[in-house]
Amino acid sequence: MSKKSNSGYKGAALSVLKNFDVNVWGDVRITTSDGEFSGIILPRSEIADDRHVVLKLTTGYNIGLEVGTIEEIEEHGSKEAHYKIPEKEFPFDPVKPNVVLLGTGGTIASRLDYRSGAVIPAFSPGELYGAVPELADICNLKTDKLYGVFSENITPEHWSGTAEAIKREVDNGADGIVIGHGTDTMHYTAAALSFMVKSTPVPIVMVGSQRSSDRPSSDAALNLINATWTAAYSDIAEVMVCMFGPTSDEYALLHRGTRVRKMHSSYRSTFRTIGDTPIARVSGGEINLIKKDYRRRNPETPLELDTVFDDRVSIVYYYPNMQPDIIDSLVDNGYKGIVIAGTGLGHVNKPLYPSLKRACDSGVHIFMTVETLWGYVQMYVYDTGRDIMELGVVPGANMLPEVAYVKLGWVLGHTHDREKVAEMMLTPYAGEITERETIDGYLIMQGGLPEMEKFLKNIHF
Amino acid sequence: MKRDYPYNNFNPRDAGFRCGLEIHQQLDTEKKLFCHCPAGVYSDEYNAQLLRHMRPTLSELGEYDGTALMEFKTRKDIIYRINKDSACTYETDDTPPFPINKQAVDIAIEIALLLNCSIVGELHVIRKQYLDGSIPAGFQRTAIVGVNGWIPFKNRKIEIFQLAIEEDACREVSDVGHLRTYTTDRLAMPLIEVVTAPHIYEPEEAYEVGMQIGRLLRAMGKVRRGIGSVRQDVNVSIEGGTRVEIKGVPRLPLIPRLVYFEAYRQHRLLQLREMMHERGIEEDNLQTERFDITGRLEHPAITVFPDESFIVSVLLLKKMAGLFAHKIGPDRRFADDVAGRVRVIACLIHRPVILHTDDTSSSAFSHRDMNEILSVTGMKKDDLAVVVWGPPDDVVTGLNEIEIRCREAAVGIPNETRQRMTTGETDFERILPGPDRMYPDTDSPPLVIPRDHVAEIRKKLPEQPLDREKRYKKQGLPDHLTWMMAISPRAVLFDRLVSEGKIEPVLAATVLVELMIHLFRLGGEPETFGDDDLENLFTQHRQGSFTREGFRMLIEESAQTGSRNWTELTAKIGIRRVKPDEVKSIITDAASTVAGVNPMDEAQKFRMAMGLVMEKLRGSVPGTELAQMVKETLKPD
Repeated sequence: MSKKSNSGYKGAALSVLKNFDVNVWGDVRITTSDGEFSGIILPRSEIADDRHVVLKLTTGYNIGLEVGTIEEIEEHGSKEAHYKIPEKEFPFDPVKPNVVLLGTGGTIASRLDYRSGAVIPAFSPGELYGAVPELADICNLKTDKLYGVFSENITPEHWSGTAEAIKREVDNGADGIVIGHGTDTMHYTAAALSFMVKSTPVPIVMVGSQRSSDRPSSDAALNLINATWTAAYSDIAEVMVCMFGPTSDEYALLHRGTRVRKMHSSYRSTFRTIGDTPIARVSGGEINLIKKDYRRRNPETPLELDTVFDDRVSIVYYYPNMQPDIIDSLVDNGYKGIVIAGTGLGHVNKPLYPSLKRACDSGVHIFMTVETLWGYVQMYVYDTGRDIMELGVVPGANMLPEVAYVKLGWVLGHTHDREKVAEMMLTPYAGEITERETIDGYLIMQGGLPEMEKFLKNIHF
Repeated sequence: MKRDYPYNNFNPRDAGFRCGLEIHQQLDTEKKLFCHCPAGVYSDEYNAQLLRHMRPTLSELGEYDGTALMEFKTRKDIIYRINKDSACTYETDDTPPFPINKQAVDIAIEIALLLNCSIVGELHVIRKQYLDGSIPAGFQRTAIVGVNGWIPFKNRKIEIFQLAIEEDACREVSDVGHLRTYTTDRLAMPLIEVVTAPHIYEPEEAYEVGMQIGRLLRAMGKVRRGIGSVRQDVNVSIEGGTRVEIKGVPRLPLIPRLVYFEAYRQHRLLQLREMMHERGIEEDNLQTERFDITGRLEHPAITVFPDESFIVSVLLLKKMAGLFAHKIGPDRRFADDVAGRVRVIACLIHRPVILHTDDTSSSAFSHRDMNEILSVTGMKKDDLAVVVWGPPDDVVTGLNEIEIRCREAAVGIPNETRQRMTTGETDFERILPGPDRMYPDTDSPPLVIPRDHVAEIRKKLPEQPLDREKRYKKQGLPDHLTWMMAISPRAVLFDRLVSEGKIEPVLAATVLVELMIHLFRLGGEPETFGDDDLENLFTQHRQGSFTREGFRMLIEESAQTGSRNWTELTAKIGIRRVKPDEVKSIITDAASTVAGVNPMDEAQKFRMAMGLVMEKLRGSVPGTELAQMVKETLKPD
């Protein structure tokens, strides 16, 4: 008998498998006090109990058998799963643009992990071509798997590493870059790349999916097609996020990397441009511009990197009755930058003042943003605001809190000079601060109103 | 059931007919299976529309499913209509599932036990892929609750292969060409799927087995009633044939005819295979050729589409002459099976979908068209030509599909899911999906079903209809009341009323079953009468407040007024204690009225007098007593 793993099984369940000398993927007949069952023994999630053996029946269903009921297991073969997308070599067409897809992880392409019972990322150009053959009609695709991490595990090293990979590929002649990324922190990475890639001759498009590609209704394929199209043909040489506009399979929106945010835990249309409009919409090989002020594709533009980052930076999300020790502990632990998401126009309570003063005096750079997400910080309207500025806290205009966090880390990579930091923070490098907010920048419509009901009924939402 | 089939020379049993049922029954729960939407709220009104496309994915064991790929070929736009009262963002696949509805799981366990199944130790939710779009996620969440069950049938056992709990799919609104529309109110309703082994050997038995299981489900009182709450899929095969599934049969009496015709179709398709083999046609050597014939045919089915972008193609099938005319049912020929495939897969909507040179009906080609086809294809006498027209991509898909279907005919009967037609015949719906479309639901953790919980449910199992029937027969109920009472939700009340000998069984059953049906037909709502209300009613009757006839009067009045105060109602409709003298005088009055009416025979006189008397005394004095007294009074001295 070959030595195979009994992955995931432990305790009583593992003993039963050992007693009958059977393994995971074994094609078995199990006699129990409840009758006979035939099927394949599947791996078991490591967090599940040790009282059950999981069987895939010939009908394709899975069931768990209680170990106490198992009387006999007979193995007569094995069938191990080979989850593999039919891999085909991506065709090359000299007249098509060259696009490079950089992988960082996430569910844009994924497969099942039996141990955890969750989906894990899978990625190769051949697999992608097998799963989304439409890509070959758009471009010549090269892929490079930089990382395989869930997006919550992304660090500043991944940001600078990705920026360096972008430069490498653009210098090698890529006509556009697509970056596959988990959606949870995609907007942080988009902001980081917006600052770290100071200028680019070609589009840099981040993409992911809200429904993993192991389901027929996945948004992965359409997002990837739209992102690839944008990278190959669009005129917009910026860092963008390309994700579903509505939850319907209709079009994607191109969001500027410094104004985008994930706004729903599970919707496909989760990414929204905050306080502004998206740059464009893309579908069916057409890019319809919404904004005019964007950086144009230009082969003459050099790709310039600036990948410094000081990670001694934090965000503090203010809540009523916050105690000063929150600020103190950051200072005492050596943090050099704090972004506060304050209430309303940018406020915190009075008990924090001494701690904020102490922080500023000891050289910590503190910037105020708003937890309303939409709107500017305005600290002159109320006395409290002026008092807080007195302490040394600098208003961060309409930067999103997450963007201000990323930017502060990037700025502190350059300088710790108080005035220089403030100057850089308030200078828009990549559209992270807008001079004005147009009236269509804040459109959170409320359901139930007759006009919205009409809209919902007639437009695929 | 009486057999009424056109082919007396075709006996399904001799052909090795085998049939199994998949019974889908919605459960009567408050909420849906994986979200907190209310269950059973149906409406054609909608608040929003959503558009999706479905792409095939890999199964758990790493293979693409055949159906999945077929559906992808059809490239459908799928529109979902969403009513916000009956569907939430779970139904649109924008929110992950909530924990499975425990009420539904318990009902499913109870049914599985009634069907003598073993209950699984752990429930594993699986995704069963449906690329037809009937579920926005592209898969149905389903889990096995019990396996290895059986029900007694005649003098044998019918095995219950498995019982699964699953979420219901959308209701289809329309399906035209590349656009399919669904409404989502039924979506995600909890239901069970009971799968029997193919142990049914006669078409009529399929009905009987379905009836028996259906009655068992109804009798337990925790399943939904009404249109669409029960649907049957029927699996049919004959010796040498293949399992074919007839999908979504809404009523059991339709089944025998459907399965008979399916068995006949398979029988005729096996003959077709022999004919192909005699001509030397095998799966891998069918010779075909394609030609463009755009603009050259004058057939009205083609020229009715003046669309410039349409193309017309002809597919030459060598040595196939005559085979498209091969009969496979009372109204269907092999060409119709082929056309069904082309219609679904290539999305060609114009009838008759394909035209062919075997056709001798009114839609046959004219001489001129035949000459065109001859000159384009150079076809020989034993060749067959099939013409397909429409948008270029769809025509190519259509031609491919015709070739595929003809090659399959040389092998035998394709694994198909077929849809019911009103004639009792069936048409192609899709390729029968295999186990490859099953995938574990990574969003739902396994649910342990503790053994003591199962034991608890087992202890409280209701009595089975078959056992009840035996008991009721012994108690003297006539057959029709036995049949209805055995599955009535009032069975427990019935037993209580009758057990202490207080109420006569026939009277109790008549009130609880027939009177309630009568009330329903009048537009009333029998379910608004609580068991307690009815028990009080019987108590008052036993105490002599009203007669047998009074039940109907009181219940009708109660339904109208909404009151369940029987004393008040009795008074209101004029039922009272009548002194013997008054009874006598009413009868005497009636007798004299009748005496003044001529000419009438004795029977007519009696009926008229009874009518007059009952008008005043119905409910107050038993009709049998009054009849006796009226008879005596009318007796000529």
